[in-house]
Amino acid sequence: MSAKTLATAPTDDDTGRSVSRSLTYAEAVREALAQAMTDDERVFLFGEDVGVYGGAFGVSAGLFDQFGPERVRDTPISELGIVGAAVGAALCDMRPVVEIQFSDFTAQAMDQIVNQAAKIHYMLGGAANVPLVLRAPGGSGTGAAGQHSQSLEAWFVHVPGLKVVMPATPADAKGLLLAAIDDPNPVIVLEHKLLYKVSGPVPEQAVRIPLGKAAVRRRGDDITIVATGVMVQRALEAAEELAADGIEATVIDPRTLKPLDTDTILDAVKETGRVLLVQEAPITGGFMAEISATIAGCDALNYLLAPIKRLCGLDVPIPYAPQLEKAAVPQVADIVSAGRILARES
Amino acid sequence: MKLVQHADEAKAALVTMWTIRRFEEAVDELFARGLMHGTMHLSIGQEASATGACLAMQEDDLITSTHRGHGHCIAKGADLERMMAELLAKETGYCRGRGGSMHIADVSKGNLGANGIVAGGIPIAVGAALAQTMKRTNRVVLSFFGDGAANEGAFHEAVNLAAVWNLPVVFLCENNRYGMSMSTERAFKIEHISERAAGYGIPGVTIDGNDVQAVYDESALAIERARSGGGPTLIEAETYRWKGHSKSDKNLYRTKQEIDDWKSRDPIVRFEASLEDAATLSAQEIEQARAIARDAVRDAIRNATAAPDARPEELADAVYA
Repeated sequence: MSAKTLATAPTDDDTGRSVSRSLTYAEAVREALAQAMTDDERVFLFGEDVGVYGGAFGVSAGLFDQFGPERVRDTPISELGIVGAAVGAALCDMRPVVEIQFSDFTAQAMDQIVNQAAKIHYMLGGAANVPLVLRAPGGSGTGAAGQHSQSLEAWFVHVPGLKVVMPATPADAKGLLLAAIDDPNPVIVLEHKLLYKVSGPVPEQAVRIPLGKAAVRRRGDDITIVATGVMVQRALEAAEELAADGIEATVIDPRTLKPLDTDTILDAVKETGRVLLVQEAPITGGFMAEISATIAGCDALNYLLAPIKRLCGLDVPIPYAPQLEKAAVPQVADIVSAGRILARES
Repeated sequence: MKLVQHADEAKAALVTMWTIRRFEEAVDELFARGLMHGTMHLSIGQEASATGACLAMQEDDLITSTHRGHGHCIAKGADLERMMAELLAKETGYCRGRGGSMHIADVSKGNLGANGIVAGGIPIAVGAALAQTMKRTNRVVLSFFGDGAANEGAFHEAVNLAAVWNLPVVFLCENNRYGMSMSTERAFKIEHISERAAGYGIPGVTIDGNDVQAVYDESALAIERARSGGGPTLIEAETYRWKGHSKSDKNLYRTKQEIDDWKSRDPIVRFEASLEDAATLSAQEIEQARAIARDAVRDAIRNATAAPDARPEELADAVYA
């Protein structure tokens, strides 16, 4: 069985261009912001501590010096006000990029995200657009406990009018953010705080990665693993261990949860007949339930050699103690073990 | 500008007030006859605040409005037929039948939209004002909202942002004494909502919201302050809605006496009396103003009724741009 890992390949999956330069995920986001602000004076970044401080995770470090206080704008701690102001600015043809320090804090801003940004274009019969981007880091693994560690993508996916992006690599962090800024709709970009320091090849040019196109990170004939966010990297590591056992996995990273590239997922499921769905978020009502229903609701069901398997976060708030926190969400060993079982099931 | 000294402007303001009144009476009737569905929130009795504030704006200035927004839309120059068509669920309505009464906007006329969420429009107004500042335009944004909105977190966050950034925005609170059934006496510890301005370091003033001249005067001052870089102002316009909160309201929380007292302070009757007293307009000219409004609403209903219905086969249009 042959296998190829694309995540660390020297060519950019989306352009085929040679990429020799490596950036961290945080640097890639920063470069996208800088290029977008350079190319379009309507683009501006605002949020809590994005200025001199450089953002809670250092993503905007240096942008304040480059673009000044008006376009890299510190705000009071007012998530609802910030997102609402972004909606108003977007309605007036600006291109605001809001940083919410932790995705958990979007709960403070939900009215403006769900009732305003998502609905305005439709409720006005298409007469106005809300081209805003909301970036927020999600995910566990930092010992910050229940209010700073959630994976809330399912909330946003459930709201018509929003697009939802979860970049898993530095190249995607840049390319998807640039596409999100170009998009005339409100786009929620859920970064992952454990990925900020991960390095990978990133093209120097402002290359857009289209929203709604999944990435096949690895190809194998035996099982398909669909994973989002930080789980993509864990799935790839697990796939290497599985390969040592003679089980070859295809690993698919949807990248954009809405709109979702179902074709790429269904094609892979049909080829392998076995599918493992991996997410960090709690299992109940999670995004992988949607993918599961999509697979089960079409002819891909006829290709299944084993039941669809989900490996997700437990239905618990993310706990503080490191041993509890690790046990609450899938780890590499969990994916390996689920993959082994899936490969033998019939 | 003293309206009693400017006959053309006075007549235009009177036409606007009557148009709001007649439009809302008409939709009230259409609803009662079962010809209009959904729900709606009428601003009958509050026509002076919408009219006076919009009169003080330049045409390209911007507003955000509320669930009780028909008056704001009309005063900001909305097309009556497209408004009526929207309420009648027509394809030709402002929102192609996707928004209804609470979501009418006319961005080309500077109306960024009514809003079904109490206080939802206030942060949006602040962002629109931020955009004007960044684009170096000279436009001002005026945000209409009610007394109920002043107890929402969105109000606090938005007014504070506008204050610290010194943005060109005017916050106009139409205090009609009730948030649905909750009276301002029970919902506020302070006497005047405008007192809250001090907490944000901006000017605040309470005015007679049923006096179109008073609304115009204070709005003009605040708009000029905003336009010249003086930052935001909070205006509290005291007024009253004659009708219930929405179509489900049985008026259990207020007395007929109270409603009648406020009806005796009808902003339109008062304005007409002041124009007659000052001989700004003759009785005939006042009658003309009423007729213009009546005919405009009548035409809007007739044309909108004849328009094609919103099409179910296209309902997914405009979810995404």
